Amino acid sequence: MAATVRVLIAKLGLDGHDRGAKVVARALRDAGMEVIYTGLRQTPEMVAEAALQEDVDVVGLSMLSGAHLSLLPRLVELLRERGMDDVLILAGGIIPAEHVPRLQELGVDAVFGPGASTQEIVDFIRAHVRQ
Amino acid sequence: MDWVAAALAGDRRAIARLMTLVEEDGEAARAVTAQLFPHTGRAHVIGVTGAPGAGKSTLVNELARAYRSEGRRVGVVAVDASSPFSGGALLGDRIRMRDVADARDVFVRSMASRGHLGGLARTTPGVVRVLDAAGYDPIIVETVGAGQLEVEIAQLAHTVIVVDIPGAGDDIQSIKAGIVEIADIFVVNKADRDGADRTQAILEAMLEMGSPAARTHSRAVGMLMEACSVAESAASVSGAPWRPPVLKTIAVRGAGIPELVHAIASHREHLQSSGEDARRNRARLIAEVERELHHRLLRQLVAGLDHHCLNDVLNEVTAHRLDPASAAERLQHAAG
Repeated sequence: MAATVRVLIAKLGLDGHDRGAKVVARALRDAGMEVIYTGLRQTPEMVAEAALQEDVDVVGLSMLSGAHLSLLPRLVELLRERGMDDVLILAGGIIPAEHVPRLQELGVDAVFGPGASTQEIVDFIRAHVRQ
Repeated sequence: MDWVAAALAGDRRAIARLMTLVEEDGEAARAVTAQLFPHTGRAHVIGVTGAPGAGKSTLVNELARAYRSEGRRVGVVAVDASSPFSGGALLGDRIRMRDVADARDVFVRSMASRGHLGGLARTTPGVVRVLDAAGYDPIIVETVGAGQLEVEIAQLAHTVIVVDIPGAGDDIQSIKAGIVEIADIFVVNKADRDGADRTQAILEAMLEMGSPAARTHSRAVGMLMEACSVAESAASVSGAPWRPPVLKTIAVRGAGIPELVHAIASHREHLQSSGEDARRNRARLIAEVERELHHRLLRQLVAGLDHHCLNDVLNEVTAHRLDPASAAERLQHAAG
């Protein structure tokens, strides 16, 4: 039996809308994954420490505030500091297309914007998660 | 990398990796547990159980904060239910633990029950052991939202806190068997709601009715325990029995937490001075040997069975021609 995929879903930064994050969390649960949901207004430090302690394979971040260019690189750096460089990092929410290459360069593995189906996210995780 | 040595030295990534291994429950898990075991048995394990929505996670957050302010390294293991359909899980206990979320001296691990009933996951004792070996003390274990029969926490924890809320049932609920029997400390949380005093009074009255001795001596039952308990008499526990206090808290505001911390310390003191601690540890470990034995024997038996024979017998049962107990007997002989 394959090891269970563990995913951390967090709202990074200050916006208070977590409907999208919950929909994704639910879809991953229904795909047989264990989803740790940490709730609103998380700092990069909180997310990195949670990812470490929970030994997750995937970190999914929902951001609608526009702060992704400052908060995501900080998170990637904190994860690397903790030796978690094989963790899949996904972002979702409102992220302008022109920012995506920049984020990918910095270590974000994929960005799922409005209109992405939950099945796409499930498939991406299955295809890219560490073994 | 030697994960075990690193975990024993307090490396958080190593601790987390070992927990994953233990959870996957394979041969690697056994090897890890064997190496860690001599370093365990030091931490005070505090169980927190109660119905869904009673405020367990919020209470755990407050307790972790209180212990941390004493300079202690706190372990938290929070168990939530796995979906019986997809096998997936949504683990949300961290939402209420934000005050300790970025603290390096508080290690929080969420676990899915992975099909196990009883309020914990099958491997929760193993995960607690990793924290114990790494020097975390106390270790707080939060069960899934529990009903009446999720009493496994009583075997894992030294001190069990049962969390109730005002208006959750009449007095007959409180004298039924099960979860109310395993409490070392009762907490009536959300005590700013109507009916808190009444709930507290009902629990106090229930405690007046019962004989505490009946509680202390039937905690762990099992075939191994029965077979070896001849030598162990009631005399091994001395002093007055523990009477569970009934405390009121409002966890979201931190009200009643110092009193709860004090009650936990008193209970620990009682366990140690009465000899109850040694008795419980013994019962806990013997029960664990029994579970492992059960697991191994069954696996060995199944491995020794011919597939056709197994199918035939099970088909006889499903056709209602052979009863399950006779089927088990037949399989046991066939494997012999």
